Amino acid sequence: MLLIHSLSLINKCRKFPLASFCWVLALGCSQQTNVETALNEQVLHFGLGSEPQHLDPHLATSVAAHNILSALLEGLVSEDPKTLKPRPGVAKSWSISEDGKNYIFLLRKNARWSNGDPVTAEDFVYSFRRILNPDLAAPYASMLYPLKNARTYHQGGISWEKADVGAVAIDAYTLSLSLENPVPYFLELLNHYSWFPVHQTTIEEFGAFEKIGTGWTKPKHFIGNGPFHLSNHQINSVIEVTKNQHYWDKESVRLNGIRFYPIDAVFTEERAYRAGFLHLTQSVSADRIDFLKARHPRELHFEPYLGTYFYRFNLKAPPFNDKRVRLAFSLAIDRQRLVDKVLGGGQSPATSFTPPGTGGFQPVPKFEYNRKKAKALLKSYLKEKGLEKLPPVELTYNTSEGHKKVAEALYGMWNEVFDVDIRLLNMEWKVFLSTIAKGDFTLARAGWIGDYVDPHTFLQMWRSGDGLNMTGWENQEYDYALQQAENSVSQEKRWESFQKCEDLLADEAPILPLYFYVHHTLRHPTVQGWHPTLLDHHPYKYVYLADERRP
Amino acid sequence: MKRLIFFRLLQAIPTMWVIATLTFFMTRFAPGGPFDAEKAIPEEIKIKMEAHFGLDRPLLEQYFIYLHNLLQGDLGPSFKYPEWEVSELIATAFPVSLTLGTFSFIIALIIGIPGGMIAALRQNTWMDYLPMSLSMIGVCLPTFVLGPLLIFALSNQLAIFPPLGWYRPSDWVLPSLTLGLFYGAYITRLTRAGMLEALQQDFIRTARAKGASSWRILTQHAARGGLLPVVTFLGPAFAGLISGSFVIESIFFIPGLGKFFVTAAFNRDYTMVLGTVLFYASLIITLNLVVDLLQAWLDPKSRQSR
Repeated sequence: MLLIHSLSLINKCRKFPLASFCWVLALGCSQQTNVETALNEQVLHFGLGSEPQHLDPHLATSVAAHNILSALLEGLVSEDPKTLKPRPGVAKSWSISEDGKNYIFLLRKNARWSNGDPVTAEDFVYSFRRILNPDLAAPYASMLYPLKNARTYHQGGISWEKADVGAVAIDAYTLSLSLENPVPYFLELLNHYSWFPVHQTTIEEFGAFEKIGTGWTKPKHFIGNGPFHLSNHQINSVIEVTKNQHYWDKESVRLNGIRFYPIDAVFTEERAYRAGFLHLTQSVSADRIDFLKARHPRELHFEPYLGTYFYRFNLKAPPFNDKRVRLAFSLAIDRQRLVDKVLGGGQSPATSFTPPGTGGFQPVPKFEYNRKKAKALLKSYLKEKGLEKLPPVELTYNTSEGHKKVAEALYGMWNEVFDVDIRLLNMEWKVFLSTIAKGDFTLARAGWIGDYVDPHTFLQMWRSGDGLNMTGWENQEYDYALQQAENSVSQEKRWESFQKCEDLLADEAPILPLYFYVHHTLRHPTVQGWHPTLLDHHPYKYVYLADERRP
Repeated sequence: MKRLIFFRLLQAIPTMWVIATLTFFMTRFAPGGPFDAEKAIPEEIKIKMEAHFGLDRPLLEQYFIYLHNLLQGDLGPSFKYPEWEVSELIATAFPVSLTLGTFSFIIALIIGIPGGMIAALRQNTWMDYLPMSLSMIGVCLPTFVLGPLLIFALSNQLAIFPPLGWYRPSDWVLPSLTLGLFYGAYITRLTRAGMLEALQQDFIRTARAKGASSWRILTQHAARGGLLPVVTFLGPAFAGLISGSFVIESIFFIPGLGKFFVTAAFNRDYTMVLGTVLFYASLIITLNLVVDLLQAWLDPKSRQSR
């Protein structure tokens, strides 16, 4: 059919070649770009970076999923667009007990699901119970562990009632949450999608309480309570959301819709932006920064991002089972030169593991550059072991030009200080992940993006035996300091304990922090109400499109 | 003819089985699994997820379950996108690749066959050198260079066509042109070679001596034999074109099959890898059969040998 149609088209074109050429030309030229039409339509065209694996908040694990779920769902609290501090969401107000362990949320009565059903305290309890249900195997269930007894219930073998999890609906519009420990960042934590509610009737209808892949998140079925509802999802093409008329604060929502495009090829995304197809890109290639700085200075944005790029040492095998070698490798790196000369994208050198300013915490810079000390430490190690020089060291990273550049630069820096053979070993992503998880490495690249704005999201992973530690480093003093921080209410005491953790990381050097991430993005000047935030969260209800040149 | 079709279809069964078996075990022996991620998920959750997809059973048992489901036409849910069935994903992506592939194929034929014929007829003149030089450039220029060049010229500079996407018919032009030019270059060279050989045959000289016009010689006598190598190439080429091209799909942001094909392997999306490989294999088998039938029609000799 298609063939016949195209043949007849070709036939027509043959008769009127000039006319058809002009027609095609006119067709092309007359089309307005997305960015031009968006000003009237108030539709944001959003470069999503990649296709999210799940649109189920209890199974999602990606930044892409966050970007969509924060449009479709709303938690107990929402975020301030500039500071990300908690603002009323489904809960219109809340009170906190003196010991910081009990929260009472008063839910607004006009909060509605996208089908008109009221959002109740019971919905939240049901949702917390679902994500913690061991049979669902939710990857982010541990985000709810601050809730009292949540861990006990999640680890299985005990019913919800018996476990007595600290989430109780006092009445339809009053929710009580009790915590294991005081968690000063608890309200911010509620903005992670793992805490978002799901529509009970829909979940039950699809049998999705403990099952993956039931199809309830497809556009015809998805019921949300956020400012937008899901209207279209074509995999690898577009995810479209339109304004939710049942949203309690719909008067504040100025956008009529958002179209998310999962363009994962970074050059294609930039091309799409420059052609007026997108309002904003998810990222920008490091190689293009100089060009874009010159050509689109007002549209290229460097925004701090809550993440650390680092290397893991394997402490279970020589030579990095010796602290001196680890410290020597760390001290020999000029991080400032790395960010200035090699990366050049506005990153800042990592002299601690937690990015400075995370939740107000300012770690003392401990990872320093000291060639003399590095040389001396390695010399003492070699002397003790009776070695002339270090045996070759393997540096493993996942295949990428960016990682290679950093690895090569470090190779150079180490060889400026001492004589060492580094074998750069690049691996395909999944091979890399399984190799690291098995502990089959000597020195390996890693990165960590914070889940919430508190040092805890960075420092908890170095606890002895933590699944994310993977270095083999175990330190009781560290575990104790972390525990202290977790149990304290006073900010001063928490900072003190976190600093103790940072000191131990720098003294023992199981890891090698290199730089703090920066988020590079292209953003069209017509996008208003969009502010740089550490987690790259941008509550959509404050976003709108306006041509600032117009009066 | 019916016997030929029957036997070829019979042969397809063991071929598909071998492909399914090899792919099944090769994907399973590749290091890493579908649930490995940078933010590693706790071990007990990983075990539950594996159980959900049946990965906790012995490998052989998994293999027989897979074959059993396959015989019933069930390719299973994608591991990466569990909300979607593999067959559902192929069904949405294949029409896109089919459209793109068909248009590229037509462009390749429109450029390749006349280009090659003219070059053969006017051998060693500028009408031979020009298309041959252009086709050499076309063959050497990879699509990831040609694509951005066409975007730069026809989209950025002249603003005639959209630079990417697959939403309106005008979006189809640039990717089809990129792929079509690339394949057209091959076809030009194949056509020229085949036609040159055919034009030197005795029966052509006889036809000339009998006073047949050069148009008649070209279309009635030489083309049938001269296009045989082209036809042989066209089967797999068409299968390649309509099963999607990862590079073109990435450059132009097209939701086709090629992307699933490649990313499924990266994601260790076992069911999706098997689904796309089997789908591609059945396309190749079908199109090769069509080519054989076409060849039998074009070439009496090959008809007898079968």
